[in-house]
Amino acid sequence: MRKLIPALLLSVFAAAPALADVTLLNVSYDVMRDFYKDYNPVFAKHYQAKFNDKVTIQQSHGGSSKQARSVIDGLEADVVTMNQSTDIDAIVDKGRQINAGWEKKFPNEAAPFSSLQVLIVRKGNPKGIKDWNDLVKPGVQVIVPNPKTSGNGRYTFLAAWGYAAKLPGGNDAKAREFVTGVFRNVPVLDAGGRAATTTFMQRNIGDVLVTFENEAEMIAREFGRGGFEVVYPSVSIDADLPVAVVDKVVDKKGTRKAAEAYLQYLWSPEGQEVAAQNYLRPRDKAVAAKYAKQFPAVKLFGIDEFGGWKVAQKKYFDDGGIYDQVAATIAKK
Amino acid sequence: MAFKQHSVLPGFKLSLGYTLLYLSLIVLLPLAALIIKTSHLDWAAFWSIVTEPRVMASYKVTFGTSLLAALINLVFGLLIAWVLVRYPFPGKRLVDALVDLPFALPTAVAGIALATIYAPNGWIGQWFEPLGLKIAFTPLGIVLALTFITLPFVVRTVQPVLQDLEKELEEAAASLGATRGQVFYKIIVPTILPALLTGFAMAFARAIGEYGSVIFIAGNMPYVSEITPLMIISKLEQYDYLGATAIACVMLAVSFALLLVINGLQWWTAKRLGRRK
Repeated sequence: MRKLIPALLLSVFAAAPALADVTLLNVSYDVMRDFYKDYNPVFAKHYQAKFNDKVTIQQSHGGSSKQARSVIDGLEADVVTMNQSTDIDAIVDKGRQINAGWEKKFPNEAAPFSSLQVLIVRKGNPKGIKDWNDLVKPGVQVIVPNPKTSGNGRYTFLAAWGYAAKLPGGNDAKAREFVTGVFRNVPVLDAGGRAATTTFMQRNIGDVLVTFENEAEMIAREFGRGGFEVVYPSVSIDADLPVAVVDKVVDKKGTRKAAEAYLQYLWSPEGQEVAAQNYLRPRDKAVAAKYAKQFPAVKLFGIDEFGGWKVAQKKYFDDGGIYDQVAATIAKK
Repeated sequence: MAFKQHSVLPGFKLSLGYTLLYLSLIVLLPLAALIIKTSHLDWAAFWSIVTEPRVMASYKVTFGTSLLAALINLVFGLLIAWVLVRYPFPGKRLVDALVDLPFALPTAVAGIALATIYAPNGWIGQWFEPLGLKIAFTPLGIVLALTFITLPFVVRTVQPVLQDLEKELEEAAASLGATRGQVFYKIIVPTILPALLTGFAMAFARAIGEYGSVIFIAGNMPYVSEITPLMIISKLEQYDYLGATAIACVMLAVSFALLLVINGLQWWTAKRLGRRK
């Protein structure tokens, strides 16, 4: 024990010079793994060139809300990169590690790129699925992750809702009926987006999988391009993927400069290019033009049409909300 | 300290103190935190959360499937223990080791593996699909996963008791004219009953709390195959910490009550057989 203490002290001092280098922890959600694996080295190179400082980025991935809860409970993330603004708002409200007004600190409401919900069908599209209204047809099985536990599922619910509400003569009652029809055709509700992909691709269950556009690319890389087709619906929801600096942590660790640079660089042409390569729709006009071929134009509506995520979460997805009522209606039949 | 004199062994106070401290730190402290957190809710709010129809449906699924899984293992666990103790056969050690595998395997791995095999396109699932019998993504799948996870409990509690069971007793009974059935019901069953009940209780308790394996095979359909732990997770997903702890408290209370009953039953059988004062 006596020997151990000096050894420990020594190792602390030996490690001290390394403190000049910056280590950032990026707490992110499940399907962003591939993007940040590509983006982090690009940023580290840029940072080294600009500030002559070495930056190491550690990643943590998991379900979006679970990750936010970890930060609330004290996981020392320097930055959070989520798939729904509610997750960042939760950190603002419950943990107070992020200051209010985070969405104004970066352009585009602090969402450097976006995705949208697409329909993935089996090769040759045997059920002839073209648009949202094909999902309510009898005999069509739809795979969607659980809106109670997955942001991906919530986007799908709202995309289908918005489609029906926007049809000529559409209104809330019709939208509700339509969404009930879609979810009546759901045989399995997986907890997250990745699990839903497994159910569709590996277990061969369902005729159509509704998920993010960038997840479709992941499926292609994982399972090959031969097994499925991507169908772009006539209209879909714009899924903005927000980022924020965790104020309390960066001020304590003194990493604010690096953390802000890390997120800011997501809007640079280089960062946008990495995003486009990972099938995330870029904000940068030049990059968007360059990759226009892989991003078919789709009419989009935003979450603001539902009053923003805070209102939508409460109205549709909290306990007793519209999704729960829809689920109860389906169960009664 | 009247009961101190019962033991001739020294160190009673010290070891009891240590036991209580250890149990408090490891078991009671987190549970106390749970209950304190719930106490922020008033009674009406608590009651409406824990009796919500969807949550009620999930209790049925969780306790029903857990009971069924524990019952299945009560029968087949006993059978496995019996075979392992009574018959020598090649590869016995291997089979013995296999029994513990569900303990060691990460539960998520078990869930994914079972879902793969019993899915409509899986090795086994494909033979049931034409018969109109769905296993994965139904409550049946939950029972299957729980049976897998809780298999070792009954086997491992009954095995040592069977091992200690003196064969002479059975031989004596047989020589006195008892039939094989009588030997089984009058000699063997009473001896192993307390251990069997312990194994059953442990399997049941473990099944109630299981989340990792079930979530992959359950299908998670509202009112049909949602387990109570999923209700807790989906509350957390809404940052509804209070709601989550409320449901957790109900599970805790019900599980504790059930375990008390089963332990009482076990104590009663042991006492009736005169092996405990």
